[in-house]
Amino acid sequence: MSLRISTHSTTAEALAGWPPPVFDPAGPYAGSITTLSWALLAMGAGVTAIVLAAIWIALKGKPRTRARLGGEKAIWIGGVFFPVVVLTALLVWGLSLTSHIAEPVARDDMRIRVTGEMWWWRVAYLDADGREVLRDANEIHIPTGQAIALELKSADVIHSFWVPRLSGKLDMIPGRTNLMRIQADKPGVFSGQCAEYCGGPHALMGFVVVAHEPEDFARWIAARRTQPVAPRTAEAQRGAELFVSTGCAACHRVAGTQANGLAGPDLTHVGARQTLGAGILPNNRGAMIGWIGNSQAIKPDNRMPAYTVLPAEDLRAMAVYLEGLK
Amino acid sequence: MIERVACAACHVIPGIDWPEGQLGPSLDGFADQALIAGRFPNRPDLLAQWVRNAPSMVPDSAMPQMPLTEGEARDVAAYLYTLHDR
Repeated sequence: MSLRISTHSTTAEALAGWPPPVFDPAGPYAGSITTLSWALLAMGAGVTAIVLAAIWIALKGKPRTRARLGGEKAIWIGGVFFPVVVLTALLVWGLSLTSHIAEPVARDDMRIRVTGEMWWWRVAYLDADGREVLRDANEIHIPTGQAIALELKSADVIHSFWVPRLSGKLDMIPGRTNLMRIQADKPGVFSGQCAEYCGGPHALMGFVVVAHEPEDFARWIAARRTQPVAPRTAEAQRGAELFVSTGCAACHRVAGTQANGLAGPDLTHVGARQTLGAGILPNNRGAMIGWIGNSQAIKPDNRMPAYTVLPAEDLRAMAVYLEGLK
Repeated sequence: MIERVACAACHVIPGIDWPEGQLGPSLDGFADQALIAGRFPNRPDLLAQWVRNAPSMVPDSAMPQMPLTEGEARDVAAYLYTLHDR
């Protein structure tokens, strides 16, 4: 028996949106790419129509028309002039679009560095001198109406950064920094996905971009630059102690605490995130318990071990602690 | 609803392809199961309460309160009652 309860077959697809919304741009960069795509599609359709017409003439046309179709003039126009002009124009269009999207960082640009990791995204907000002012993971917050310069890197293998509604797709290559701009015109949540097979749970390496009105964004970043409040309840306090004593802190950082691990996602504000597991699960207490207790069943081969040794009350205490980190 | 709150992060649920969580019990054949959590009769009202607020019934359960309204919890329960033994 197989019941299909919605058009989305998985939670990840429901969150990420499948198929990728490539024809629904939400900003100027994605918009110009969509325009180029439609132009290419129209051009392809036009050429196909011309070729079909030529074949029809060659087979069924009057002898005079057929002679003209095979004549020197037709060859020069259709075989040389037309392709050279059209293909050159498209090449110039495509290249200038690409260089516009990858325009070098200017002094007053907002800069965010995104590093692809197996199988999540390390995010750092940078100041004008390239210093880190805020660390985060698997979620990128931006103000609307402004081009954001993304510095794309990789810590291990080749990944590809892709938010279909905001910009193009660009590889993250070890040892290189690739630049790509994104922009959202209106507030919203836009899903992203690793678009280059990077091993194991590549398909479960997602993220979200959250676009805010500029003043909301200023509030958001100001709140993130403060340290999270200390645990308020006894359960959360116990969760905080367990977080350190069970070894979570070896890989995860929570600013202002002993937890200073750098191997995994920064959890300083994990309670405020939209998703868990890198864009694949909704962020609620149940999903958090499921993730901590046995993330291997959810995202096989991810680098966090399953903590099936922990009793229920410990799992819940940690989830309560983590959801309070806002 | 089951997808929105990701029940499947902990439970294998027929009809949900991914995830297939293994922290909690599989819900395959749940409609034919006699007890909820090994101690309550498997009745719709108790099941709806359980999926929404398990700690109110078993305080030390790993299953937490879930962000569901009462109506949504009833819908989740209704779905679980379609999961018969195969």
